[in-house]
Amino acid sequence: MKLFTFRGGVHPSERKERTRDLPIEPMPLPRRLYVPLQQHIGEPAVPRVSAGDRVQPGQLLGEGAGRISAPVHAPAHGRVLEVRDFASPHPAALPVATAVIEVADQQPSVCRAVEDPFRLDGDTLARRIREAGIVGMGGATFPAAVKLGMARRDRVETLIINGGECEPYLTCDDRLMRERGEEILQGIELMLRCLDAERAVIVVEDNKDAALANLRALCTEPDRIRTVSVPTRYPQGSQKQMIQSVTGREVPAGSHSTELGVVMHNVATAFAVFEALVRGKPLTSRIVTVGGGAVPRPANLEVPLGTLVSDLLRYCGVEEDDYERLLVGGPMMGQWLPHAQVPVVKGSSGIIALSEAETRVSLPQPCIRCSRCVEVCPAGLLPLELAKRIRKEDIDGAGSLGLKDCIACGSCAYVCPSKIPLVQYFHYGKGQLQARAVQARKLERTAELAASKERRVEEMEKAKAEQAARRKAEAAAKKAAAGTAPAENAPKSCAIEGD
Amino acid sequence: MIVITPQAGPHVRNPGKVPSLMAKVVLALVPATLFGIYLFGLPALNTVLLCVVSALFFEGLCVRLVNKRLGLVLADGSAVLTGLLLALTLPPWAPWWIAVGGTGFAIVVGKQVYGGLGQNPFNPAMLARVALLLAFPLQMTTWVAPAPLFSPAAPDFAQSLTITFNGAAVPDSLSGATLLGQVKTDLDRGLALPQALGAHFSPLGQGIGYAAGSLGETSTLLLLLGGLYLLWQNIINWHTPVSFLATLALLAWVFQQLDPTSYAGPLYHLSSGAVMLAAFFILTDPVTSPATRAGQLLFGAGCALLVYIIRTWGGYPEGVAFAVLLMNALTPLVDHYFKPRQYGRTRRGKPLPLPPLEKMAPSRRGRP
Repeated sequence: MKLFTFRGGVHPSERKERTRDLPIEPMPLPRRLYVPLQQHIGEPAVPRVSAGDRVQPGQLLGEGAGRISAPVHAPAHGRVLEVRDFASPHPAALPVATAVIEVADQQPSVCRAVEDPFRLDGDTLARRIREAGIVGMGGATFPAAVKLGMARRDRVETLIINGGECEPYLTCDDRLMRERGEEILQGIELMLRCLDAERAVIVVEDNKDAALANLRALCTEPDRIRTVSVPTRYPQGSQKQMIQSVTGREVPAGSHSTELGVVMHNVATAFAVFEALVRGKPLTSRIVTVGGGAVPRPANLEVPLGTLVSDLLRYCGVEEDDYERLLVGGPMMGQWLPHAQVPVVKGSSGIIALSEAETRVSLPQPCIRCSRCVEVCPAGLLPLELAKRIRKEDIDGAGSLGLKDCIACGSCAYVCPSKIPLVQYFHYGKGQLQARAVQARKLERTAELAASKERRVEEMEKAKAEQAARRKAEAAAKKAAAGTAPAENAPKSCAIEGD
Repeated sequence: MIVITPQAGPHVRNPGKVPSLMAKVVLALVPATLFGIYLFGLPALNTVLLCVVSALFFEGLCVRLVNKRLGLVLADGSAVLTGLLLALTLPPWAPWWIAVGGTGFAIVVGKQVYGGLGQNPFNPAMLARVALLLAFPLQMTTWVAPAPLFSPAAPDFAQSLTITFNGAAVPDSLSGATLLGQVKTDLDRGLALPQALGAHFSPLGQGIGYAAGSLGETSTLLLLLGGLYLLWQNIINWHTPVSFLATLALLAWVFQQLDPTSYAGPLYHLSSGAVMLAAFFILTDPVTSPATRAGQLLFGAGCALLVYIIRTWGGYPEGVAFAVLLMNALTPLVDHYFKPRQYGRTRRGKPLPLPPLEKMAPSRRGRP
């Protein structure tokens, strides 16, 4: 199969060797689970349980609300202690509504008998995927069913399965592809059935030989499902870049990939689809790589969602806060965590505790315009010029240079010899752009309302004037008719409406 | 000073830093520098030391004045590089005030008044060279013939101090002229080019650099070696040097074909004056050159064109410094027009067109 390439990119040192060969091990259930009702992009789920309720594994905790949303399920048997705001895995530890579950000692199996999914039609499959609360497991956490729905509408013919895992440290997808290839393939089969698509391409970076070999051996019908190897280069796993690697086409600005006839899902999403449709287990756990120089016993763990990061770290031998920086996700695009008292959620592909040696970065120095950032930018932007403009609050200038097209992959900041925190500037600039857009919409709406009020007032005045004229005319007519009819009898009602 | 650790990724960085970039450029200049010191003796060493030390001094002075962190700024290595580059373009026996004054001009007026590293529109070393050439034409064109260290003609330590600090005149036996200057004079005297060249030009001699000239510009091959090292180390792109050298060679070749008696060939131009130094060390200064590869190709070609025009029809025998400054002034314009194409957009910034439905697989044709 002919493959293509994408612009820019970097080769960060992989640092996967410590966890690459560690089999997935189940993380024991903690005493308490903190399951946030928002673990996805879109509207938060609406709680369906309250304090004191007993819950069974896989039971609905919160229901998806609105078009872009996803339900949340109980990962274990236990009792809901309360539903309250609790810190989420976010750089500011933003509190979100969270179901706190006290886990029971005896646990029944999560899996349930279900009817053969390979006999269901596309609509039913899509509904079941939505009901299982499956979201993009690569970290984007966009509800999988919504993406499948768009793909169904656009009659997508190619399903791309992302096994790139281009972030340093992370090995959870690698392990999944090595150990659970059969399940992934069934998940892909089901997604193809749901989409009524012709073929699927599993894309794996060429630094994962064992995963490639395993999947290739399992793909017995390469015209339908095929595994391809792509060069290891960050951000290969980014949707736009991977689509370009496979199809040679760029997704036009403002369009969705489905309009090109392709849709992309992560290998872990395919696995989640398998678990939901074949085993009847909604998305209540995921594989997490716990790594980084500060972790004495790194691991690939199958973690019940809602387990606290601090539990995970303790399980892997990290003493209380004995690390320099804690991250959720990979070190390139992952988010910084201010503390470990936050739960693992659907998008947490890795918990990385970096040591002091790994985070040592010199102070930012002036930009010397070396333009390495321009060379590595996969979006074809000029990071140095964007940062220069944002620095002096020229947000419009940055916007006209394409700030919105930045995918925040961090390649520019990675190569910058002056150690300028470019992505930080871009986040700020994008925030400002968004705030301005909101402000502009507000102003527009205000102007609209003011104009309509003006129109209304004008109409009222006009109506009043007409009425007065009519009355005058009537009075004059009466006067003419009766000669001496009294004026007091004229109608006094008037048409003033409340505003 | 409050240091705020950015919360945004990436949380791992590649190890390259500005000081190590600068150190590698200085390292690449070492062979040519040592050769210049060997060729022109201890006064040349004085010039190099004076330039480097005064560069650090002026940089430190400016940094102090604006209360920046002294250690951090001096450690970035850019001042040392500017001082060294300027020294390499000076006449080797230049008096001390040329070296110190020129460096002061480069650092203070050429760089720090704009806000320091990364802010200057013009290459500081070239700016200083041009300023010195305009202000002190005599001192800046007093060349010496090679008098290698340890040779009988070489000045000893005491003499070198007299030459540098007391303005001792160059002895007649050692006064020389650069190839470019000599050929220009001969042409002006009405000599035909082949005669003028025949007397002074041998490609091999120019390549090795055993000739009168600026302190570090004479050895074309050693500068080329340093340039190749920078390319190998990924410090510079090939685009600027290749476009510069190729355009210059092409221009020289075309005019030589038109009239061999008036126009010298490519080897003459590539091996003389500041061309090699400029190709790999001056034009590749990232601060003052365009940011995109297409822009760099244009930048190199434009410089070559200007160099050729000034050398051939201008009033000065050498035009590299003027050419560089003129192109530096154009850099913002080049950067404005030469941007990379954004992902998913046309060159004009409009979204790429979606493929027509007929080209899609049959299953998609029925799309609403």
